[in-house]
Amino acid sequence: MAKISPRKTPMREQPAKERIRNFNEVPFGYSIEEAVQEAKRCIQCKNPGCIAGCPVEIDIPGFIRLIAEKDFKEGINLLKEKNILPAICGRVCPQEEQCEKVCVVGVKNEPVAIGRLERFLADWEREQGEIEIPPKPKSSGKKVAIVGAGPAGITAAADLVRWGHKVDMFEALHQPGGVLVYGIPEFRLPKEIVFGEIDYLKKLGVRLYTDSVIGKVKSIDELLKEYDALFLGTGAGLPWFLEVPGENLNGIYSANEYLTRANLMKAYLFPKYKTPIVRGKRVATVGGGNVAMDCARSALRLGAEKSIIIYRRSRNEMPARDEEIHHAEEEGVVFQLLSNPAAFHGNKKNWVAEVECIRMKLGEPDDSGRRRPVPIPDANFRMPIDVAVIAIGNSPNPLIPSTTPDIETGKWGNIIADPETGKTSKKSVFAGGDVATGAATVILAMGAGKKAARGIEEYLQTGVW
Amino acid sequence: MIEIIEREELVPNVHTCTVRAPGIAKKALPGQFVIVIPDEYSERTPITIADWDRKAGTVTFVFLEIGASSQRMAELNAGDKLYSFTGPLGNPFELGKFGTVALVGGCYGIGGIYQAAKALRKEGNRIITYSEARSNFLLYWNDKLEKVSHEVKYATTDGSRGKKGHAWDILQKDLTEKTKIHRIIAVGCTFMMYKVAEVTEPFGIKTIVSMNPVMIDGTGMCGACRIVVDNQTKFACVDGPHFDAHKIDWDIIMSRRKAYLEEEIISKER
Repeated sequence: MAKISPRKTPMREQPAKERIRNFNEVPFGYSIEEAVQEAKRCIQCKNPGCIAGCPVEIDIPGFIRLIAEKDFKEGINLLKEKNILPAICGRVCPQEEQCEKVCVVGVKNEPVAIGRLERFLADWEREQGEIEIPPKPKSSGKKVAIVGAGPAGITAAADLVRWGHKVDMFEALHQPGGVLVYGIPEFRLPKEIVFGEIDYLKKLGVRLYTDSVIGKVKSIDELLKEYDALFLGTGAGLPWFLEVPGENLNGIYSANEYLTRANLMKAYLFPKYKTPIVRGKRVATVGGGNVAMDCARSALRLGAEKSIIIYRRSRNEMPARDEEIHHAEEEGVVFQLLSNPAAFHGNKKNWVAEVECIRMKLGEPDDSGRRRPVPIPDANFRMPIDVAVIAIGNSPNPLIPSTTPDIETGKWGNIIADPETGKTSKKSVFAGGDVATGAATVILAMGAGKKAARGIEEYLQTGVW
Repeated sequence: MIEIIEREELVPNVHTCTVRAPGIAKKALPGQFVIVIPDEYSERTPITIADWDRKAGTVTFVFLEIGASSQRMAELNAGDKLYSFTGPLGNPFELGKFGTVALVGGCYGIGGIYQAAKALRKEGNRIITYSEARSNFLLYWNDKLEKVSHEVKYATTDGSRGKKGHAWDILQKDLTEKTKIHRIIAVGCTFMMYKVAEVTEPFGIKTIVSMNPVMIDGTGMCGACRIVVDNQTKFACVDGPHFDAHKIDWDIIMSRRKAYLEEEIISKER
């Protein structure tokens, strides 16, 4: 056997200096030669850890072998048996925490670039033009409503429609995709790709109703009269703020608002698109997760001269993916670590002009296992800024719980759902994704959608709640 | 896509638009709002629902032509389609028998109080409506309001109809002269609602205002519509849009409303 190359086949990408002036996707994806070369790094182990490491249990060695054999068509078909959204997952899944973390090649070398190979197959299929639609399954005569067309909902819809159920999907916004469209920026996940995947769902027979706020235009109980089961994947809700003085000054956004303006409403194309966004010269983003990286990198593309991440712990504790932090650093995002805003100070017109930060040091580990940040007294400092983005998380969406009194919710307003089946406290109603778990990742939401689809299938078959 | 049945300029710069939206017509309650996007390029624009016909499946809203998106709306006519129309959003007005209810409407809010007047009258309240504009020719829906109110009082800044001045001026005079009013509801521009809050506060009468901050999604996700009520952050889209006017931090609202004035001018020019 040929010696395994110790490193992943590199993926070409837009140089940092160029890309901070546009919203185009950063990595270009593998060519056929690069994909085949990378696929050959997979040793096809007998007991692969990667499948168990994947929340949707893709046959990873299987599709990689097919890439190595240049049978891309079979490869994509095998991939799609488990994952209906490979073009998205290949781009935004934290593979380093999942499949690639347990890759055997990764013990002594860099792991196989599973995510990049997944993306390659999805992109290859799209470039072929017509995407193959599997034959229609036999109708089960059952109807399922999916509430929320984000990653959890579309994953559940895909499985349920393939099992012969009639699936209607309701989306509150004017476009489907949820966080994939309103949250994740174009340069990380082009919207065309998301809409392509959703078109595929429609071709499978899923009916999509946008502009439909369930809980308002129709209640859960009304839906239950029309459908045999419901899946609630309503996602993120109201953003958390720091609750510090000056936070309501103009120029201070929640991450949800900043990203929704930029992505869903295309404010980066203002004034062709009419939704404005403040193009700050010095933008401070508060938080250390993927969403914070998305905001800080968007700020650069919107013309910021300086984009600063303010994070209260050190780089080691940052929850963002390494790749995202790395991309942000390459692009010139400045990391103001071990600092936490104590106040925002405004100018005479009530616009934010300065952020005042407390310096922190790391103390003992807290419940999350990360070292707790402890304020250093009398060490506050100020930085001039003209836009701030608060990216410290959000609570689950309140609309369904507030309009469905008999559904049980947890401490944070999250809908309580069985993590294995998605069952809620209300008969025939399942839930998953951020609305059940609080803010998490796209792939975890998809995993929850998949599990709930199985839960729904079992319920529809047996009628047992 | 939602079909427009009728679009009419009621008075200069104030338009009414009726669309076919049976689902929303069936559920709409006084004080709720819709989010309207006239075309692909426009903003998500929150607008108070003014009227509906549950049988015909139509919803009517009144809007002020002010920014690029509402200007686009004003260009559309019967038979044209709206790109997106979502609702009913927000909480309805609290209904109940309060005694005498004063409803104050200005600008788009004249349309915004009509259904509330109707519903509160049905609950057995005496309805006094205060309708205000700069001049007589800018008042609208007078007949509709007179039909559902026990009394309609007009205020115009030029004195061409009713009392000269603002609605809050007559309201203040009425309260001073001991007109019995048990609840006040104001819908209209932020400044009008602020002034109503200011004049009613000394009398200790519960005053509800229908806040209209900047919104994006309108469904409890983005946090743009945050306002401070009783020192707590609230979100107009899901906690409101109606709040106790005497507990609102008005300074923050007034400055947040003005945040995009410059952009509004730029986007109108292109």
